[in-house]
Amino acid sequence: MSKQVVQLNRVVIRFAGDSGDGMQLTGDRFTSETAGMGNDLSTLPDFPAEIRAPAGTLPGVSAFQLHFADHDIMTPGDSPNVLVAMNPAALKANLHDVPRGADIIVNTDEFTKRNLVKVGYETNPIEDGSLDQFKVHPIALTSMTVEALKEFEISKKEAERAKNMFALGLLCWLYHRPTEGTVEFLKAKFGKNPEIMKANLRAFEAGWSYGETTEEFSVQYEINPAPMKAGTYRNMSGNLALAYGLIAASKLSGLNLFLGSYPITPASDILHELSRHKRFGVMTFQAEDEIAGVGAAIGASYGGALGVTTTSGPGVALKSEAIGLAVSLELPLLVVDVQRGGPSTGLPTKTEQSDLLQAMFGRNGEAPVPIVAPQSPSDCFFAAIEAARIAITYRTPVFLLSDGYLANGSEPWCVPDVSLLAKIDPNFATELNHEAADGTMEFWPYLRDPETLARPWAIPGTAGLEHRIGGIEKADGAGTISYDADNHDKMVRLRQAKVDAIARTIPELVVDDPDGDARVLIMGWGSTYGPIGAACRLVRAEGKSVAQIHLRHVNPFPSNLETILKSYDRVILPEMNLGQLSMLLRAKYLVDIIGYNQVRGMPFKSDELATVINDVLESM
Amino acid sequence: MTTDAFPALSLVPKAEALQTAKDFKSDQEVRWCPGCGDYAILSTVQSFLPDLGLKRENIVFVSGIGCSSRFPYYLDTFGLHSIHGRAPAIATGLATSRPDLSVWVITGDGDALSIGGNHLIHALRRNVNLKILLFNNRIYGLTKGQYSPTSERGKITKSSPQGSLDYSFNPVSLALGAEATFVARTIDSDRKHLTEVLTAAAGHEGTALVEIYQNCNIFNDNAWEPLKDTDTRDDLMMRLVHGEPIRFGKEQEKGVMRKADGHLEVVEVAKVGLDNIISHDAHAKDPGLAFALSRLSNPRTLENTPIGVFRDITRPSYDRLMREQIAEVTESQGSGDLQTLLFGNDTWAVS
Repeated sequence: MSKQVVQLNRVVIRFAGDSGDGMQLTGDRFTSETAGMGNDLSTLPDFPAEIRAPAGTLPGVSAFQLHFADHDIMTPGDSPNVLVAMNPAALKANLHDVPRGADIIVNTDEFTKRNLVKVGYETNPIEDGSLDQFKVHPIALTSMTVEALKEFEISKKEAERAKNMFALGLLCWLYHRPTEGTVEFLKAKFGKNPEIMKANLRAFEAGWSYGETTEEFSVQYEINPAPMKAGTYRNMSGNLALAYGLIAASKLSGLNLFLGSYPITPASDILHELSRHKRFGVMTFQAEDEIAGVGAAIGASYGGALGVTTTSGPGVALKSEAIGLAVSLELPLLVVDVQRGGPSTGLPTKTEQSDLLQAMFGRNGEAPVPIVAPQSPSDCFFAAIEAARIAITYRTPVFLLSDGYLANGSEPWCVPDVSLLAKIDPNFATELNHEAADGTMEFWPYLRDPETLARPWAIPGTAGLEHRIGGIEKADGAGTISYDADNHDKMVRLRQAKVDAIARTIPELVVDDPDGDARVLIMGWGSTYGPIGAACRLVRAEGKSVAQIHLRHVNPFPSNLETILKSYDRVILPEMNLGQLSMLLRAKYLVDIIGYNQVRGMPFKSDELATVINDVLESM
Repeated sequence: MTTDAFPALSLVPKAEALQTAKDFKSDQEVRWCPGCGDYAILSTVQSFLPDLGLKRENIVFVSGIGCSSRFPYYLDTFGLHSIHGRAPAIATGLATSRPDLSVWVITGDGDALSIGGNHLIHALRRNVNLKILLFNNRIYGLTKGQYSPTSERGKITKSSPQGSLDYSFNPVSLALGAEATFVARTIDSDRKHLTEVLTAAAGHEGTALVEIYQNCNIFNDNAWEPLKDTDTRDDLMMRLVHGEPIRFGKEQEKGVMRKADGHLEVVEVAKVGLDNIISHDAHAKDPGLAFALSRLSNPRTLENTPIGVFRDITRPSYDRLMREQIAEVTESQGSGDLQTLLFGNDTWAVS
């Protein structure tokens, strides 16, 4: 049966099911096939903190949203065009995001009386007319999967578990996705269990064939590849990009990479990934606690390695004293904070930008620490290298503020030519550097470079440069213990001046204002880049002007930031916190920032931000 | 002594010329209270380090916070005075990433057993190549006289005017319970014994914990005096020597015997006969004997206090295992190529 083929320019699909239904895997596979098609894409996994919440309940719903298009896109999409709901809980938890007229594919087998009651449905929504405004496709996914697998020598439960592959096959047919990648994937994944492997392959094929033969779907969709600059592409998630960026920084600086880390969501994947790359000389140390993680990283840095610790907000709180030590020792250190909802344990699997002030000020004393914030999943690669550059060049701890959205989200990435990446010079001290009063040469561990104000990094094993340093205040230059009042005042100011001096090596901000006449500026930092950029496009498409800047360096600020802020009538700043960057900008530049703040554990939607921009435009 | 005596230090570069204690004295004025036991330990360590025959620049002393933790400032090696309790963690990162260094941790009973207890036990179980010198004076000195985790219960201090309610730690028992491969105890004022124990610790691959009974003459003076007083010490203190019967007393009249139910007891040798006195076995795989010995002492009266090496067994160090794992992976997979890594297995080309 030949079916009608309709061209679309973009689609947002959300796979939703029980935590045990394999929705993340289904989403990942569909994403891989879509990446291979050359579409631009952006993904948003959304899963609960519980590994397996009670089956069929609302807290147990796990979802994966994918936005793909024939043009460049900036977000995982505001609302799905297609919702795949594997059970009543998945339908109920996600329906509020689904716009009228959208397709909903439901697994009718799971819509039993018992499952409906579990989530508070008194009648079956598939039958009671409550979904009339949607295009509902009721499909018996489970029983068709079991039927397709009846010849295999596997249990009914194992057969039922393959229903996600049936759904994936169907969606791949519906959107003309290639299947070879998934076939290869299943062969590799279940290589040790051939019967399960064959069953999953059969379920995947059965889903595809069902699409082709059923009258439920009369239309098949095609989305052309998006024009992208020439190059070799791969799909890239934030935590993976960050781990690769750390390995790259190690290569570029010639320093061994040492990761001291304690498992914490959503940062653990960086530890997992780096532990797989020992062939790069990477040392990973799973510490007894967060403090030991950063402590070991500081020890490794003292010894001349690139010391890194990875964590999330609660872990940063525990590491604060040690980060202050690194400020005082003036040693390179990367502190990767993959932010999540807080305070306290908060929302471990949800995203937030609420650790900015903790990164800025969360230490005793005046303890400035530079902050770099990646703006998209693949940008985590370059942001990690940039953070390492600052840490090594300026002998300072540096915060890399990622978040849960960047960590787990993914996008196509044009793989860079590593030979074009700039080297980082550790510039170890090897010589005595100061002439004593009696004319002999000696080593002063705090004699600063006049340009960067960085101190010499003399690592153990360097003959003649033996010295003692610690967390007690040190005499300017000589580095010996000093309790002198004037010296302390000077050292506090020097440490601040050193961090401020980094601004000289940060690229100036470039305003994105295609019309050149915008009076309203919208700005952000970190992971809000996509939604803000998409919102600007929506506003500009209506013929209105809005300018955009985005901060990758949050401390120190780029040198032209003040001038830019003061050249617009209004400045809007959306943040996934209650206004932390707004507070810093107001304090530093006396600029009246219009904050737009939400802490819902999810990224901003672009149409929501477009409304914010339009409201400001209309108020002028 | 030649450096060959320390196979555990085989990766640390050797000094070309003979060294003296003077080579290890830094130019910093020592600022402990006059009469502090730390002076004796510092002097002994400065005299002992030349025995190792290592390049000075390849020796690092790492400390936490407390009186003892000022120690690194006074040695002309590399030194890192860190934060309270964290020295074992910091030293773990350093020692793991730098096999060419001899790394020493200086800590106290508060630093190691209170705020840093977690790092201490994990360093011990991992067997990182660290030598931890725990100065135990049973009091907080730098914060001016509060009870510590090794203070005896009932101790009157500034923070326990009616007497401390805390039951005390026995650092040797704790270390043995934490899977330590080397545990020893010595005394600040016994230069010879201290040197012997440090020498044994230096030669050990992995973490060595050396508890040093140290006197704080300001806040807890004479805490260990009965073990130092020539009139009493021989009656109270047993010197453990591997392979030798455990006997003590002025006339060696006392000894340690294993009772039928398995526990150890101090007995009169004349009554039970020398054959029934057990010999010390520091290399026993099972920590039972070492632990039982550590439990003999009375924390209040200091009766039956063993000093010396309780346990010294062979287990590969954490840093060696990490190096071997990296080497094995590199050997089997080849060293990593960054460009290949970035491409991964699933790319597509856009032209």
